[in-house]
Amino acid sequence: MSVSARHALAVWRRNATMYRRTWWLNILPNFFEPVFYLLSIGVGVGAYVTRMDGMSYVAFLAPGLVCVAAMNGASFEVTYNIYVRLTFEKAYDAMLTTPIEPDDVLAGEVLWAVTRAAIYGGCFFVVIAAAGLAPLPRALLALPLVPLAGLLFAAIGIAFSLHIPTIDLFSFYFTLFLTPLFLFADVFFPLKERLSPRWLWVAEALPLLHPVRLARAAFRGTATPILLWDVAYTVGVSALLLVWARRGVRRRLTS
Amino acid sequence: MLLELSGVSKRFGARLAVDRLDLAVAAGGCFGLLGPNGAGKTTTLRMIYGVTRPTAGTVRVFGLDVTRAARAVRARIGVTLQESVLIDAISPVDNLRVFGRYHLLREPELSRRIEELLDFLELRSHADVPVKALSGGFRRRLAVALSLMNRPELLVLDEPTTGLDPAVRLALWSRVRALQARGATVLLTTHYMDEAQRLCDRVAIVAGGRIVADGAPDALIRAHLAAEAVELDCTPQEEAALADGLRPRARLRVGGRAILYVEDAGALVAELRHRNPGAHRPFVVRPTNLEDVFLALTGTSLEAA
Repeated sequence: MSVSARHALAVWRRNATMYRRTWWLNILPNFFEPVFYLLSIGVGVGAYVTRMDGMSYVAFLAPGLVCVAAMNGASFEVTYNIYVRLTFEKAYDAMLTTPIEPDDVLAGEVLWAVTRAAIYGGCFFVVIAAAGLAPLPRALLALPLVPLAGLLFAAIGIAFSLHIPTIDLFSFYFTLFLTPLFLFADVFFPLKERLSPRWLWVAEALPLLHPVRLARAAFRGTATPILLWDVAYTVGVSALLLVWARRGVRRRLTS
Repeated sequence: MLLELSGVSKRFGARLAVDRLDLAVAAGGCFGLLGPNGAGKTTTLRMIYGVTRPTAGTVRVFGLDVTRAARAVRARIGVTLQESVLIDAISPVDNLRVFGRYHLLREPELSRRIEELLDFLELRSHADVPVKALSGGFRRRLAVALSLMNRPELLVLDEPTTGLDPAVRLALWSRVRALQARGATVLLTTHYMDEAQRLCDRVAIVAGGRIVADGAPDALIRAHLAAEAVELDCTPQEEAALADGLRPRARLRVGGRAILYVEDAGALVAELRHRNPGAHRPFVVRPTNLEDVFLALTGTSLEAA
């Protein structure tokens, strides 16, 4: 069995069809959320912080929040939405009566989650750029990171979704996994300055840390060797989890 | 052969859902898989379109091994599942469009087929209304329309009319016949014996994962019972006396009711009238149907006379 790009695209289009019907409802929060964060934390809290890493606090915050937006965009799609399509809408049962294979379903869903991440993170970027917080043009280098972060969290979320017995566990995923990542993965403060060096290697396991570090480097326009590790982590972990998810999809859809 | 199952078994853990099934279906006509819930019908269908892998044996459709060429087989099959796979939030037309894309159909062919199916299954009146607002019968017709998007050579219907009212069932049956007339082969599962009798030119009765009888409905009735059935409420003693005197070809007892199968009910009816002048013991004379065959083969006590 192998992925057929055209069939995967048909899976993607099903989701796009559903999304497009209410796109303006879906896309509006994507613009408001960054505005709220930037105002409250960036401008509000930031007023008490003089300089952060050589820049204003709100400017420090901006690149990390773009990655968080991508993370959230992908995560919602591959948790609740996939579960609904799998269990209630029987969408995959329908697809598997046609030439679509489980691998196509996985590829189409991951592609769609990446798309959602790109929309979500892209909107965030537009707001940040409009607020003058993205140093153009070099900050544009951060844009490819948005789908890349989306891929990473699509892979993590889909592997989780396929291996849990009940929908109730999604709240754990959000409150015990995504929320701590959001709070502790370099977005709000540089982890390496707050964590004893002995434990820094543990922090390297946090998935969000890597896209955030890459985005910040793009905004700042500086490249260091550790960025290679960040790219390798993001691509490698995504690939490993997708291999695992592939088995999960087959197990859930076929017998 | 359009469809060939040889020695097919499927085990789910400790449960053997399908047990060494052999089946060959030629192109054309309508083939019915009959059986109670849990008999292994749906599992058999899933193996035919390649979503369930047999534990043993081979399934060939259009001469292709389904486990190796599922994509190619499903491109030529249409499947209507038992549970709804419709997208509630969008209209029938949009459902058809989404489903057509699964088959890689593009414009203008996509729209052409949608138009065709809107007419064929009489969906035009509510073609642009969200599916969630539609009646059960309309939804089922739409479900059948989805499975026809690829103009299948083989249409698989899993319990097509379960839960539908009689008028809707009749309408759906007429569409199935129209499809057959166009040359499609139909494979359906049902636990409605009347449905099987009306639609199928061949049926297989499945129980406990095995085929217990296979043939044309009339032939099955002739082979296992007799053309007419006489039903009456009576005690086993009274039944024995009747059977003794009139020698029905077969007898079946369901609770307090006896069913006697004879080629010509005339003599039996005359005898019943003769024995109970004026008492008017109520009885029913009717043609034997597949339900009787099914009961005889799978269920309650049947004594060949």
